[in-house]
Amino acid sequence: MSTFTGTTGLVHNEGSLWKRGKRGRRAYSQPRRDVDTHPLDETLISEGVDLPDLSELDVVRHFTRLSQCNFSVDSGMYPLGSCTMKYNPKINEKLAALPGFSAAHPLLPSLLAQGILRIMHELETWLCEITGMDAATLQPAAGAQGELTGMLLMHAYHAGMGSRRTKIIVPDTAHGTNPASAALCGYQPVPVASNERGILSPDAIAAVMDEETAGIMVTNPNTLGLFEENIRDIADIVHAKGGLLYGDGANMNALMGIVRPGDIGIDIIHLNLHKTFSTPHGGGGPGSGPVCVKENLAPYLPVPRVIEEKGKYHLSQDQPRSIGRVQAFYGNVGVMLKAYCYIRTMGAEGLKQASQMAVLNANYIKEKLKGSLYLPYDVPCMHECVFSDKLQNPFKVSTLDMVKRLMDLGFHPPTIYFPLVVPGAIMIEPTETESKEEIDLFIEAMKSICREASENPGLLHEAPLKCKVRRLDETMAARHPCLAG
Amino acid sequence: MPYIPHTDEDIAAMLEAVGTPSVSDLFTMIPAECRAGKDLDLPANLTEWELKDHMGALAEMTAREPEYTIFLGAGSYRHYVPESLTHILNRTEFVTSYTPYQPELSQGTLQAIYEYQTLMARLLGMEISNASLYDGASALAEALLMAARVTKRKTVALSNLIHPFYRDVVRTYLEPSGHEIIEISAGENGTTDCASLDNVDELAAVALQSPNFFGCIEALAQAADLAHKKQALFITVFTEPLAYGLYKNPGSLGADIVCGEGQSLGISQSFGGPGLGMFATKMEYVRHMPGRLVGRTKDVDGRDGYVLTLATREQHIRRGKATSNICTNNSLCALAATVYLASLGATGMRDLARLNYDKTEYLKELFRKARFEIPFPKPTFNEFVVKMPAGSESIYKRMLEKGIVAGLPLDPYYPELTDHYLLCVTEVISKEDMDALVTEAKS
Repeated sequence: MSTFTGTTGLVHNEGSLWKRGKRGRRAYSQPRRDVDTHPLDETLISEGVDLPDLSELDVVRHFTRLSQCNFSVDSGMYPLGSCTMKYNPKINEKLAALPGFSAAHPLLPSLLAQGILRIMHELETWLCEITGMDAATLQPAAGAQGELTGMLLMHAYHAGMGSRRTKIIVPDTAHGTNPASAALCGYQPVPVASNERGILSPDAIAAVMDEETAGIMVTNPNTLGLFEENIRDIADIVHAKGGLLYGDGANMNALMGIVRPGDIGIDIIHLNLHKTFSTPHGGGGPGSGPVCVKENLAPYLPVPRVIEEKGKYHLSQDQPRSIGRVQAFYGNVGVMLKAYCYIRTMGAEGLKQASQMAVLNANYIKEKLKGSLYLPYDVPCMHECVFSDKLQNPFKVSTLDMVKRLMDLGFHPPTIYFPLVVPGAIMIEPTETESKEEIDLFIEAMKSICREASENPGLLHEAPLKCKVRRLDETMAARHPCLAG
Repeated sequence: MPYIPHTDEDIAAMLEAVGTPSVSDLFTMIPAECRAGKDLDLPANLTEWELKDHMGALAEMTAREPEYTIFLGAGSYRHYVPESLTHILNRTEFVTSYTPYQPELSQGTLQAIYEYQTLMARLLGMEISNASLYDGASALAEALLMAARVTKRKTVALSNLIHPFYRDVVRTYLEPSGHEIIEISAGENGTTDCASLDNVDELAAVALQSPNFFGCIEALAQAADLAHKKQALFITVFTEPLAYGLYKNPGSLGADIVCGEGQSLGISQSFGGPGLGMFATKMEYVRHMPGRLVGRTKDVDGRDGYVLTLATREQHIRRGKATSNICTNNSLCALAATVYLASLGATGMRDLARLNYDKTEYLKELFRKARFEIPFPKPTFNEFVVKMPAGSESIYKRMLEKGIVAGLPLDPYYPELTDHYLLCVTEVISKEDMDALVTEAKS
């Protein structure tokens, strides 16, 4: 058997930040005082904030140790389905941090920020080309805010047509944020089940689509990793009743250069720059969720919009039908810069190849693990594949047990118990940046765990054994919340 | 291609295992009429060498120090960021990890968020903080929606001295779902005059910003009393949390929800984003709060550990009935704020806030001596409004040509304030910079 990278090595036991240090220390060099003190209104003044005083080494050591308690893409394979944990190119980090970008004030007169505005304008153009849409906003700060923006656009569009619609169709294979975004905009989400092949059937949509329904939110490829092959028929049904198609573009990593959502009937789509365009996830953000739309929805896009005139760029507020702002400024520019660098480096051919290899990797894993793990939908998949724990249940071993054991072998677990349509789901997304050797090792690890499930299930119930902590009491955390130290 | 490791040999072996003759055959489940008819029209790809040159040239097109002295604040502040913070923030174990769904492999991120929650609660004087939201403006919108959920009322009152862009975001978020927004006008002294609310009932929330958009400190305790008499929640929003190193925090003055922008705490300005949406409240409202939470617990061996908790409020469980649609936080920015506060400490935070205050007062004094009007007499932090002589636009332009960005003209946001400018001074602005500004403004 191969040697896996999981280890019992250096494990830090790092205490709370505020238990270190001593009054009077500091890890911050203040500029020399060049003005006198000025009197204060004492009635407004506080006693100070209760913070620990630490030395620079205290701070560096504490957070370095914490960093070492983390798994990351740079430490190993992170096959979280639907999250697209691909490699984050280092050059992009460095370029986004150039002082000309990172020290830019957002309210500078446009003429003093032409480089950034040009980047934003080009990025919008390229995202439209990739998705087959006509106009874009980069403002939403994350995929979920992109969805909300999409729903607000849909709302404004119908209001602009003089109609008030109350419902949105949300398939059961949708991300959980979809119904929440629709509800936040005042819509009632109408659930629709996928068919026995794991995809949407036109009949199911026709049965619920009416003139009260604003549109449908479709994730394509869906959360089972399957392409919605009836999408054009569904588009016709929804459009015929005056509705719009919202595309959740979280899974665009499978489609670059292969399918353009705008060409197959999608009216609005959000993209996750942190998934498809290789910007790092930062432990849960910042992300970026641009929204691309067809021409008829462009007037509703958030302000300000980046406008180009004779080679000069400026920010326009003059959009009378706009839904307004969704962020204080223009979105997560720091993230946009990295996505811009990525697209510039890959080019059209590179992006297509990324999608092809992402799909090849997922299908390879699907073929190799089929039989060891139960495969509920045995059809070619896109960039992720979904198994379940059905074959392990007779040994009283669950998905959770298996993925906890995977940690001991040096891999981050896949997404589990999602999508909801597959009980005990294990959703694997390798992405294109994993090599065949790494994937073979992952497959071997999963197979060895499947063997252990039948031969020594107790081991899996105890897992993980080699991490900093073992299974944590989540019930206690929720029943007796301890949210601050 | 860079970043794709597959050799031709790998591809051939994998295709054979999959039982597919070619890479394009992998996509046969996509109907032909759905497939792109042509290649994407994108510019030719660049090598790493070319990319560096290209981005370097574009970066050079931005005005910044030392060629420019920038007196702009208005929601984005330049503060010195210690190199040790940048070093920690660049650690790829933080940068390239994901939302900590699997706690055993994410104790670093989880403990850092728990520490963030703790420091934010202390800074703002509240019982609990969430794991962060996107930015200050969307945090305010979420706070108002939360107040509407708690009180089961649909009308909210907002000071018009809340950042104009924040009020725009609130309108975008609240109006489609039938919420009503009342604006509370400013008094002549540069703070909010809550008297106009006397006859308004059925309010879900009253929201003030302090320091407000003009940099003035609001009478929060009085506004809190008024809100509470009306059984509304009192919300305080901020764009410059460093102020609470010196001034009393909103929690100690009666706020029920405190939210705002944390960019000031060690996060680069980056043309406005990413920022850090800070959000704190009282324990009694925890189940109504949007966003992630990290809690402390024990593992099966009794060791301390951290997990995401109270997820039953969230979209992946409650779907359409969740407290918000927010699926993530701005974790790396939250980490920056945590490291920043840890680096300052209590002593450093007070000293730095005091230095910012003193420098601002120095510039105010210079303007007064030069016979410019400082129209709002209330105490301020970092920012204040100055009235320039009539026809100030040409003075502003002339200064721009000399490399001075003399604050933000206020008339696009408050049309009655022609020739009024919002100026910002932090520790990075030197006495010489301020002297030069006033000399230029006078000439």
